Parts: sequence; structure tokens; C-alpha cells
Amino acid sequence: MTVTVLAKVRSDGDGVRQVQQRRTNIVRAWALGLALALAWNSSGSLAEYADVILNRYADRADVRPVIFPHWFHRIRYQCRVCHTELGFAMRAGSNDITMDKITAGSYCGACHNGEIAWSPDNCDLCHSAVPGTPTGTRGGHQTTGPGRY
Amino acid sequence: MSSMTAADNLCPFHRSLIIAVLVAFCGTAGAGQWQPLKDDGLHDTTNPSLEVLQNPADALSRLPADTAGNKVDWVRAVRDGYIAPRSQLRDNTPVRILDSKILMNTRGSLPRVRFDHEPHTRLLDCSNCHEQIFKSKAGDTPVSMSAILDGEYCGVCHGAVSFPLTECNRCHTVPHDGDGSGQGAQ
Repeated sequence: MTVTVLAKVRSDGDGVRQVQQRRTNIVRAWALGLALALAWNSSGSLAEYADVILNRYADRADVRPVIFPHWFHRIRYQCRVCHTELGFAMRAGSNDITMDKITAGSYCGACHNGEIAWSPDNCDLCHSAVPGTPTGTRGGHQTTGPGRY
Repeated sequence: MSSMTAADNLCPFHRSLIIAVLVAFCGTAGAGQWQPLKDDGLHDTTNPSLEVLQNPADALSRLPADTAGNKVDWVRAVRDGYIAPRSQLRDNTPVRILDSKILMNTRGSLPRVRFDHEPHTRLLDCSNCHEQIFKSKAGDTPVSMSAILDGEYCGVCHGAVSFPLTECNRCHTVPHDGDGSGQGAQ
């Protein structure tokens, strides 16, 4: 097919110029295609699936928002521990979590007490997100989820 | 000319453009299944404690592979003993496992859904779903894909933390003319 097209082009008076134009177009197409694919791949956050950002109070308190990595915690605890025993509602942003409650042993503080997991005075280990990142569920290799996440 | 394909009808520019996009995607898709925290666009790279945190690949690469979500088959990871996540913090918290399946009639053309309680109750408590998200009585909850895609019903977890909503045939497993006795959804 390509050979046929090239032969037709070369039989024209402007054959050489058209072949050059074709090559230029193909190079441009490849460049545009690669750029599009890279732009798509790098658009948005590449965070791990189900990372949750907690920023109800953090930005206002001038600390980094919290990143809660579901993947790390679900290796160690079944969902029911946090979502039943500790009372975390299953909707990002719907839990009124404060440092006062955590240091009193509620929410994250049930484990992050210096005995089961690191204590709340290790601020930077949890408060680790880029400032200004809004509350919500992030990440996803195939879907970033509907708007409500 | 009967063997001519759609690709043959495209001009060389567009054909090359499509091939280039596909090649670029294939080349980058396999590289780095799990982003290091410093490159994920979410972690503040000026945070001095960043290097203390575990990177996803360190843990997830050792678990049964999957093609979506965390790229980990979490149900199999628990069932086959790769991980043994603790079921409770307090000794007196009940841990209830229910082995029953619910066949959900889909009105669309996709196969019906068989919801298997067992793998769900291996991780979740009854109260996580009942009675707020789902009524206990089968058929009393108006589940629809549009609501699920909007983050309701199954979509409270699927698409946010458990396998994403791109995986249609993991739930839609039972042909409309079947009796529902085959392998359940995972």
C-alpha cells in the first residue's frame, strides 16, 4: 500500500517535495503523539490508589495536610478496625478529626500513641502533603473516581 | 480492496499519530507500577521526614498481583496468608463472618451480579454496609450503576479503595439465563 502511494507521488512533477512533506508530517505526528501521551500520563497526581488527603484544618493551622495511605494500613488492619471500632465514616472529609482528639486517643490516636505506632509528636510523618492539597481520595491507576471521592 | 482496514483510510499523519500515542503509552505503562512517594505529586518533597516513610513498591510488590487499583489482589493476599491484617483492637469486639451470596438482578444487558458476603465480611463489619448503605432485606435497595459511579452503594468503596469500577466483569458474573451457582464475584 505504502509503496503504491509512494510510486504515485513520485510520478507527479512535485514528487520529491511531496515525499519530503510526508516525512515531515510523520515526524510531526510522532512528536505530537509522544507529547500527548506524556502529558496524559503526567497529568494530575500519581499518588497511590486510595491515598486520602485530610485538610479540614491543616492549611488554616499552617501545617501540611495529612496523607493517609490506605495501602499501608490495610496490610496491618482489616477495614473494620478503623471503620467500626474507631468510628471513621467511609467518606473522605466527613470525619471531624482534630489533634486534641488524637492525643486523647480517638481516631488516629487509638494506634498512633507511641506504643502501637508512632506518637502524634512526629508531625511530619503524617502532615506530609503539598500545602493546599484539598481533602479527598486520590490516586488510581485506572480511575480517579467520580467527583465525590 | 475488501481487505482494506479502517487504518488504511487514515492519512499518514493521523496513522502515525495514533501509533506514536500507543507506543508511548505501552512504553510508560509498565515502568514503575508504584510511584515512589517523592515522585507522586502528593508528598511535599521539602519535608525532611519523607525519606522515613515506606514506599508503596517495598510492600506491594511482594503481594499477589492485580491489574487495577493498588495492583494488588487484596482478597487473595488475605485468603492465601500473604498478610494477616488484625481484625480488632479490643478483645470484646465481635468479628462476624457471613457466608451467603446475594444475586442482584441487573436490568441491563450485562450479566447479573452475585454479591458474596464472605470476602466482604473477612474485612468489614456488618454495620459498615447495613442499614445505612444497604438494607438487609435483598431487593429493598435501589442500586444502580449511575449511583455507584457517583460514589453510592458499592461505589462507597469500589472506585475509592477497593478494586475500581473499570473492572465490570468481576461483579457482573452470572448470565441472565444461568441459575447463579457458578463462581462468585471476587
